[in-house]
Amino acid sequence: MSATDMPTRTKAPLLSVRELKKHFPIRGGILGRQQAVVQAVDGVSFEVAAGETLGIVGESGCGKSTTAKLLIGLTQMDDGDIVLDGQRLGPDLSLKALRRDIQMVFQDSYASLNPRMTIADSVAFGARVQGLDDPQGRAHRLMARVGLDPDRFGGRYPHELSGGQRQRVNIARALAMSPKVVVLDEAVSALDKSVEAQVLNLLADLREEFGLTYIFISHDLNVVRYISDRILVMYLGEVVEVAPVDNIWETPAHPYTRSLFSAMPSMDPDNRTTKPPLSGDPPNPIDPPSGCRFHTRCPMASEVCKRKHPVLGRMAQGSPHWVACHLHDPASGHPKAVEEAPA
Amino acid sequence: MAQVEAELHPQAEAAPKPQGYWSGVIRRLAGDKVAMACLIVIALLILSAVFAPWLGLADPYRGSMIARLKPIGTEGHILGTDEQGRDMLARLIYGGRLTLFIGLMPVVFAFFIGSALGIAAGYVGGMTNTIIMRVVDVFFAFPSVLLAIAISGALGAGITNSLVSLTIVFIPPVTRVAEAVTSGVRSLDYIDAARASGAGALTVIRVHVIGNVLSPIFVYATSLTSVCMILAAGLSFLGIGVRPPEPEWGLMLNTLRAAIYVDPWLAALPGVMIFATSLCLNLLSDGLRSAMNVRD
Amino acid sequence: MSDPILQIDNLNVRFKGKRTVHAINDLSLKLMPGETLALLGESGSGKSVTLKTLLRLLPEKRTGLDGSISFDGTDIMTLSGKRLRSYRGGDVSMVFQEPALALDPVYTVGDQIAEAVMRHKGVSKSEAMATALDMLTRVRIPSPERRLKNYPHELSGGMRQRVMIALALACRPRLLLADEPTTALDATVQIQILLLLRELQREFGMAVIFVTHDIGVAVEISERIAVMYAGQIIEEGTTREVIADPQHPYTQGLLAANLHDVAKGTRLDAIPGAPPSLETRPDACSFAPRCPLALPACRAELPPVRTPGPRRRVACLRAGETIAAE
Repeated sequence: MSATDMPTRTKAPLLSVRELKKHFPIRGGILGRQQAVVQAVDGVSFEVAAGETLGIVGESGCGKSTTAKLLIGLTQMDDGDIVLDGQRLGPDLSLKALRRDIQMVFQDSYASLNPRMTIADSVAFGARVQGLDDPQGRAHRLMARVGLDPDRFGGRYPHELSGGQRQRVNIARALAMSPKVVVLDEAVSALDKSVEAQVLNLLADLREEFGLTYIFISHDLNVVRYISDRILVMYLGEVVEVAPVDNIWETPAHPYTRSLFSAMPSMDPDNRTTKPPLSGDPPNPIDPPSGCRFHTRCPMASEVCKRKHPVLGRMAQGSPHWVACHLHDPASGHPKAVEEAPA
Repeated sequence: MAQVEAELHPQAEAAPKPQGYWSGVIRRLAGDKVAMACLIVIALLILSAVFAPWLGLADPYRGSMIARLKPIGTEGHILGTDEQGRDMLARLIYGGRLTLFIGLMPVVFAFFIGSALGIAAGYVGGMTNTIIMRVVDVFFAFPSVLLAIAISGALGAGITNSLVSLTIVFIPPVTRVAEAVTSGVRSLDYIDAARASGAGALTVIRVHVIGNVLSPIFVYATSLTSVCMILAAGLSFLGIGVRPPEPEWGLMLNTLRAAIYVDPWLAALPGVMIFATSLCLNLLSDGLRSAMNVRD
Repeated sequence: MSDPILQIDNLNVRFKGKRTVHAINDLSLKLMPGETLALLGESGSGKSVTLKTLLRLLPEKRTGLDGSISFDGTDIMTLSGKRLRSYRGGDVSMVFQEPALALDPVYTVGDQIAEAVMRHKGVSKSEAMATALDMLTRVRIPSPERRLKNYPHELSGGMRQRVMIALALACRPRLLLADEPTTALDATVQIQILLLLRELQREFGMAVIFVTHDIGVAVEISERIAVMYAGQIIEEGTTREVIADPQHPYTQGLLAANLHDVAKGTRLDAIPGAPPSLETRPDACSFAPRCPLALPACRAELPPVRTPGPRRRVACLRAGETIAAE
């Protein structure tokens, strides 16, 4: 795969991530010697166009949260490139500048606010650090924008707010830096369903108003489907499928994506799920299986899947649908590859 | 916008009024009767020690061979006299100056040094953490009493040396607590959020870490003051702390121990002072800990 | 028709402290033997408190309790000592959300199950171990003989939850209480556990109360659904009735917020506001401040409980009207 031939749908992506890699050593013993490696993120590449929302889904240990932290440099990558607006992190773009343009909203609304700091100070902190003008005024405007009256809430502390209100504060805090990209790491997952819908509406409004680009990480497929333009599926530190939301929803190509979809509750009491799509838990990312990492749980696995690592490629010439599976590569040697591959 | 505001309206009214953190702590502490009583006792002790020369007391150094070991309640010596005929009340109050000073200052020093080391170890992690914490562990290998005696013994008697040795004794436990609290805070998302807004390590520590770790460390340190007082008195008792004829509770306890068969009440007085002060400090630190609990 | 296995009448639970919280307000519920009921509600709705009350796990000094609970004709509120212990874990057992916390880390899986069996059935250690092995097989744990000797931390999240279920079912309870047992699990594991619970329910024939905040999960597991809000059951019916024809505006809002098959980009009909803090006992409809259909009467008095069908009820003055009709 060449650098210009990336899973995207526009010519000039706002954010492009190439071959991102992060392995965490596990140390043990008295001398702290390295005993094993967790391959948290292993060669993840994707691109996001300006104004687009990319949804990232996957189970625990698939590396979606690590990917988020790598994007804003909270975790240092071992290898790979992050290019924002044509500028490469490192040579062209400092980490501090990157952190102004990419902001993040975390899952735990309480843990992500300093308990000893008033809401207004928390929102203004980033703008103050970056030396933006009038941090306090910015904070007040954004609090008002996310639906929290700055005069009434500005002087309060996080524990005096409800979960939904706190998450609004976190959104305001991220926006106070006037970022281009906002990474939402399970940002609505901890909220009650009724409050979640309010926050999703708010996020949709803000995206429109500020021309934001979202990277929306969640385990809730319904939510990801609702908010995203494209969906990226991760499994054990790798991208297994990327496609526009309608394509992937109607014709999921990777066996893992299919399993993930059929594991969703049916919502139809007359037509309940009768057979689990997969058995067992996701394997440990410490020692990922050889070849295709999904082959140990895959209903379609064949001999080639154990040996050969599938490469992320287009489903067809010019298709925006990318998948990393031997089934969709006629040259792979998978016995069922031909019938599965589109003509 | 209007809709969002309307969505929030119902619970907005129920939310409590904004309130400063420290005003809340003081309000909760003021409501704690035991802690307040202890605070008053300690304040009286400190005030009387500071203003001792102006309280019209007898000279704590001038003895009288004919008025030795007068019992409590003697005319002119409300709390009696010691084995050299010096006024006990004056010596106890003047003794508070030294005892409280050597009892509190090492903890204050250890609080600052230990917090700095612990916060650095906890925030930076990795190699820095390993080096600082392993060195601290070495000190933990010795019981604190033994360590204090060993250092004092090596440095020789005297107030400064007592201060130094006790400070060294209390740095490791403070560092360890500071490190534990800091690593806990370090892993919280608001630290990540602050880093993600481009703030450097020093800014993050100054704005987000210190405020959240200092109060638990402070509470822990206050609980150490009583131990420190007892250790300081112990050093003097053993003759490697304050030297006679300085009035100091531990030293007084030592010199009066021969009189225990003559007048046990009199001989116990310095001990009572040590006991009462350390008890009050302990109870006050307990009260402080519950008052500093934000989420309640 | 047989007698209900569980009958709760006018239960009230109040937590006393600096702030009093009226966690459960006038809750009544009937469960038939072998029935699977989902208690559906958001955080703070009182669903977990209901389960804890059923097992009498609430701290007695700080809790104000009244109302009656009878299990198979026995009054639960007055049980104590040995009879309470044999009721807990023997007649009724519980599966928790976090198996990592609910299992004892210092005992092997086999020992924990065997211990429970020995305590309740009074059998020998070897018999109890045989039961433990049988249970691990029934919860479809691969190579169960080997797993008996594992400690909880050696198992994956899904396996631990299977062990938890084996432990809960080892004494053949007649009522199983499940407190969000799949919330902490990954999607592909969650569905396995749900299907397993469904199979075991059929196999053992026990009644199940399954607490969840996820409507999708409730649909997969239950025959009946009771929706809770502010410590009350505001709607109850068969799963089919509640999903196909939700009558309470809150239930309708919850179903919409599930986003199942919501077209991308459409604005969500979010329920505004947040649940009440329950510092005072509700004297009007608790949902009225957030309800798009609320009338002055809703804010003035408790809503009437309507019963549109047998064992179907809705606590709403405007039951049956849809939000869209407004």
